[in-house]
Amino acid sequence: MALERYTREAYGNALLQLGRENEDIVVLDADLSRSTMTRIFAMEFPHRFFDCGIAEQNMMGIAAGLAASGKTVFASTFAVFASSRCYDQVRMSIAQPRQNVKIVPSHGGITVGEDGFSHHSIEDLALMCSFPNFTVIVPADAVEAAQAVRAAANTYGPFYIRLCRPKTPLILGEDYRFIIGKAATLREGKDVTIIACGLMVARALQAAHNLIRDGIDCRVVNMSTLKPLDEDVIVKAAKETGAILTAEEHLQHGGLGSRVSQVVARYHPVPMSFLAIRDFYSPSGKPEELMERHGLTVEGIEQAVRSLISRKP
Amino acid sequence: MPSKKRRTIRANPSASAAKARAEATSSQAIAKPLTVEALKERAKKLRRHIIAMTARAGSGHPGGSLSSAEIITALYFNFLRHDPRDPRWPDRDRFVLSKGHAAPLLYAALAETGYFPVEELLTLRKLDSRMQGHTDMTTTPGVEMSAGSLGQGLSFSIGIALAARLDRRDYRVYVLLGDGECDEGQVWEAAMAASHYKVDNLVAIVDRNQQQIDGWTYDVMDTEPLAEKWRSFGWHTIEVDGHELAQILAALDEAKQVKGRPTAIIAHTTKGKGVSFMENNPEFHGRAPTPEEAERALKELE
Ligand SMILES: Cc1ncc(C[n+]2csc(CCOP(=O)(O)OP(=O)(O)O)c2C)c(N)n1
Ligand SMILES: [Mg+2]
Repeated sequence: MALERYTREAYGNALLQLGRENEDIVVLDADLSRSTMTRIFAMEFPHRFFDCGIAEQNMMGIAAGLAASGKTVFASTFAVFASSRCYDQVRMSIAQPRQNVKIVPSHGGITVGEDGFSHHSIEDLALMCSFPNFTVIVPADAVEAAQAVRAAANTYGPFYIRLCRPKTPLILGEDYRFIIGKAATLREGKDVTIIACGLMVARALQAAHNLIRDGIDCRVVNMSTLKPLDEDVIVKAAKETGAILTAEEHLQHGGLGSRVSQVVARYHPVPMSFLAIRDFYSPSGKPEELMERHGLTVEGIEQAVRSLISRKP
Repeated sequence: MPSKKRRTIRANPSASAAKARAEATSSQAIAKPLTVEALKERAKKLRRHIIAMTARAGSGHPGGSLSSAEIITALYFNFLRHDPRDPRWPDRDRFVLSKGHAAPLLYAALAETGYFPVEELLTLRKLDSRMQGHTDMTTTPGVEMSAGSLGQGLSFSIGIALAARLDRRDYRVYVLLGDGECDEGQVWEAAMAASHYKVDNLVAIVDRNQQQIDGWTYDVMDTEPLAEKWRSFGWHTIEVDGHELAQILAALDEAKQVKGRPTAIIAHTTKGKGVSFMENNPEFHGRAPTPEEAERALKELE
């Protein structure tokens, strides 16, 4: 078993480092600082941390005002509240004016598990990618999360960096270098490309490994930046492997799959499949039970690859 | 008219239930009120369920469930006009749980009053159980609103209360909010709307346990003076000890007499009430007791 780490813990630690280096870093939370781990920052810099209470819309407004006054602002809560609850506040106060606010929620996707549909964040990537001016990132593991947070701090403008609740396998070495808007090809292959983000990347790598026994040679791409999308890597994959499967812990519309398919349709149409959360609200359940229900497992990826390959001309 | 038609359709199952209500003297709808002593035992029973359910699930929110136990007991075992055999009875009083994380408490009360078997409680948070982690009105009989995203229940309750006015029904609406939940702006938008529309068949109960997740409310986001806020928004406001059943019942009675404006009951409580090591312990907001802790807790609740 690979080592596992919390992306949100990597976030808290990265904030602490950034706070030490840069006095203009300010952090906001909405009564979830234990879960989002902004508390790590708050303990050392209590005067630069503002708990806004259970008032997410207000938090986004405060974040925007701080940013308009020269601060680099991180704002955290659960992904479902950061996105859908505050949509217009973010649109008006952060997206259009291009404020330097980094929205970094934890608990993205359905791996929140037992809390149920009110806490499952399945629409957030569609919502956040819909904003002009936003950069949207879904780190694949804790290494990438830490680097993405640092890159966001050092790059002016609004960001959404989606983290998750469970520990996830470490798949990227310390020599990995995250670059905003650049996808990383983690495994070369010529028969098919799996383009994944977040915790589906580790599963895609495992599936690619397993598919060798079927004589299938999979390329695996970590598309951690959903917006702006790395179009070159997608077009190259379409041309060289002739089939693309996307895999994401998000609804099938509006997220990674939708975005990749636009690029493929425009520049180099090839057969595609989309592994994603199906079009219904999930009940309470163990994270893995819910992932299985939507086929977001290693086996699910293998199956999807096999049927996709059979559609290749 | 489509709305009229829908009402007639709903009236069918209710008609037979109404007949049953009239016949069965033991029905909740017309049951004799329990004594305060008997109610205390009911509250304790609900607390035992909360411990057992969350311990079995391995997750959930015991703290905020325990703090509201007397409030829910007063409502479900003595005050609400409801009929567990007919959860959709159009004339039922409505109870809306806005602080949806206290779902275990609500489920316990619904089971004990006969909405579904008590055994089902132990399926809390299991895949495809009707006992969802946060309340889901599409899944659980007796649950009026899907909640879990805080701050939305009061608005929803105003809608139900206004519908009573439109339909000339005399049911009343009770909604339970957390005090941390009162941080949400929507709560105050709703507070304003309820008094603007003189919604006097609506009672908001605030579980004033002074805790939210990140700590004490006065440290995280100070809502004081809370009662004065509700008053200044035009609400008839009563403060009670939220663990004293007689006080809660008196306040609910008083609210019934108030005309022309909604009533707010600020119920002063202790989070985790009834289990010594859970009381005022923020850890148990969102963590289930371990099997050993559950055993100790159940002993205290004997
Ligand atoms: C909109 C929203 N933001 C954040 C949360 C996460 N959350 C769940 S419970 C809770 C604290 C609730 O405190 P309070 O309302 O006082 O409830 P109680 O103390 O009665 O448990 C928070 C922040 C949520 N469920 N909904
Ligand atoms: Mg509270």
